[in-house]
Amino acid sequence: MSSARRGPVPHYVNKAPFDPNVTEVLTPEQERYYMATQWQLMWWKLRRHRLAVISGAVLAFMYFSVVISELLAPYALSTRNTDFIYAPPQGINLFHDGEFVSPFVYGLDYELNMETLKREYTPNPDKVQPIRFFCFGDEYKFWGAFDGSFHIFCPAEGGTLFLLGTDRLGRDILSRIVYGTRVSLTVGLFGIIISFVIGIVVGGLAGYYGGWIDNLTQRIIEIIRSFPELPLWMALSAALPVTWSPILVYFGITLILGMLDWTGLARAVRSKLLSLREEDFALAAQLMGAKPKRIIGRHLLPSFMSHLIASATLSIPSMILGETALSFLGLGLRPPITSWGVLLTEAQNINAVELYPWIMAPVVPVIIVVLAFNFFGDGLRDAADPYR
Amino acid sequence: MFAYVIRRILIMIPTLIAISAITFVIIQLPPGDYLSTLIAELQSQGENVDTAKIDALRAQYGLDRPMIEQYLVWAWGLLNGDFGFSFEYQLPVADVVGDRLFLTLVLNFTTIIFIWAVSFPIGIYSATHQYRWGDYGLTFIGFIGLATPNFLLALVLLYFANVWFGTSIGGLMDPIYIDQPWSIDKALSVLEHLWVPVVVIGTSGTAGMIRRLRANMLDELQKQYVVTARAKGLSPLKTLVKYPLRTALNPFIADIGNMLPQVVSGSAIVSMVLSLPTTGPMLIAALQSQDMYLAGSFLIFLALLTVVGMFLSDLALAWLDPRIRLGGGANR
Repeated sequence: MSSARRGPVPHYVNKAPFDPNVTEVLTPEQERYYMATQWQLMWWKLRRHRLAVISGAVLAFMYFSVVISELLAPYALSTRNTDFIYAPPQGINLFHDGEFVSPFVYGLDYELNMETLKREYTPNPDKVQPIRFFCFGDEYKFWGAFDGSFHIFCPAEGGTLFLLGTDRLGRDILSRIVYGTRVSLTVGLFGIIISFVIGIVVGGLAGYYGGWIDNLTQRIIEIIRSFPELPLWMALSAALPVTWSPILVYFGITLILGMLDWTGLARAVRSKLLSLREEDFALAAQLMGAKPKRIIGRHLLPSFMSHLIASATLSIPSMILGETALSFLGLGLRPPITSWGVLLTEAQNINAVELYPWIMAPVVPVIIVVLAFNFFGDGLRDAADPYR
Repeated sequence: MFAYVIRRILIMIPTLIAISAITFVIIQLPPGDYLSTLIAELQSQGENVDTAKIDALRAQYGLDRPMIEQYLVWAWGLLNGDFGFSFEYQLPVADVVGDRLFLTLVLNFTTIIFIWAVSFPIGIYSATHQYRWGDYGLTFIGFIGLATPNFLLALVLLYFANVWFGTSIGGLMDPIYIDQPWSIDKALSVLEHLWVPVVVIGTSGTAGMIRRLRANMLDELQKQYVVTARAKGLSPLKTLVKYPLRTALNPFIADIGNMLPQVVSGSAIVSMVLSLPTTGPMLIAALQSQDMYLAGSFLIFLALLTVVGMFLSDLALAWLDPRIRLGGGANR
């Protein structure tokens, strides 16, 4: 107990310069990982989900084809080949008489079966019709504005190229499917934008304010959800005035699909907000005088935006299917607007389908797109929370 | 329990009122009414239209009265079992509809049973055999089922049945029984035809149910009490059935709420494709010809089906799960 010990406790400080990197050395990979933004992490995680990547690529290709439908389709939308009504799909061959030609199809010979009155076409092995690439063929108006006639591939001069057959007016089904992609895929996209905006606004208000606003929106959502979707869509689209132009009907249908789809999204936003608004950072923002709009938009929403995008991706296919179903029933889009559902109305007649099964071809892209969206959305949802 | 039921019923009433109001607004949406469609039709055929007669008709059906009054009359009629008048058939809606409503009910109910019966064993198998071949295969099939729109499936089935068996699988009974009074033979014939639409409508619901049941079971199976039970030497079957299965069963009932609108939607369009004598085909025809009361009755009926179905599922859930029964509504 010496008095010398009184006073401030001696404090040891190492004079040598301190370099935090020495104690814990990060490998370049680790550094890259720790410095990555959330979106980068999500991308890395998504990349590992092989099925999702493939699906994403398929979707990207489909949406890209929407931009250049006119170039991609060998025929124009309503070119009628009156000599080839209900022609079957022509297969692509590479070899003729054991010799390599460029990809070609055999020309079709037509005969009417007098017993069944079925149109029968047989490939004629003498007529070799090579497919032309980067060529000029049917005239079209690119996006309804510029005249053009350039195609990526077209039939031989004087020949035919019906890779998926023709319909009852002799129109090439493949070309019509390509054109239909433009409408079918964008319906889902516009619809989801509408439902996304409504869902975030309504769900945001309900979740942030709670109380009677929350109660009211919950009741409204419950009521909307208790209606079976399709009959409600049917009733609403039957209510679209007959006098509307096809393009107006298109937007009307998109609006209907979007207006009824937001409930799920609004619920997700609400439940997330209810818990997030209790977090400290929300309180801090509030104390610093931020307006509710800013708190919701800048502080709360971004923290689960990725989830929202993932769940929105998962609800696009239901809209595409909705449009297809409505048009199939004749309540949705009408010709001359062409979507997959409009094409499928031809398949309503089961007798025609039995004789000419290829008119069901538009079923295939529908299933592919819906599957791709589901897988892609699943991958996104898994990737949406990269820190877990 | 009793208080819970009462509260649940009280919640249902405003929902039903709102549904009827929305339905009424929707069927009123198209410009004009059935009579103006009729007038246009007559004029296009070059016939003279007697305005006095039209006005008389309009007054008779109450179409000249204000909207709110029309709604009240209609809603009051609904409560008393009077569904209004079908303009197109010139008959009361109840007579036009016939046993379509009943058949719709049978169809949807059977579909739900089918979904349960199929997804129950598959879901449990998938969960207990996670990441085995069987699990992968079943999951994949489930995904296909989820992605294929059921009316397309109906179309494809119709085509293959025609090609392979040369028969049509459309319809819900043999043609001889149509418009016949109900008999045992007719009921059997309905049962014979029922499986095609049931399978077609049920696919997507089954796929969804399997995925949820599998996820739930997997959650339960990882919990401590399962490990304890296993460590104490409980037989595997009992470990599975006695505890985790019972907890994982909740969504089975709770999901009816999600499943019902989906099933009802599906049945509406599938019955169009397969030309079943249910509500679907007639609803579309009624919508197209602006036969408003007929269309309205169908919409109301379909919505009612889901609302009552959800109510029943909530009751069943409360009966099964004391957490809901006792804490009923406290955290809502």
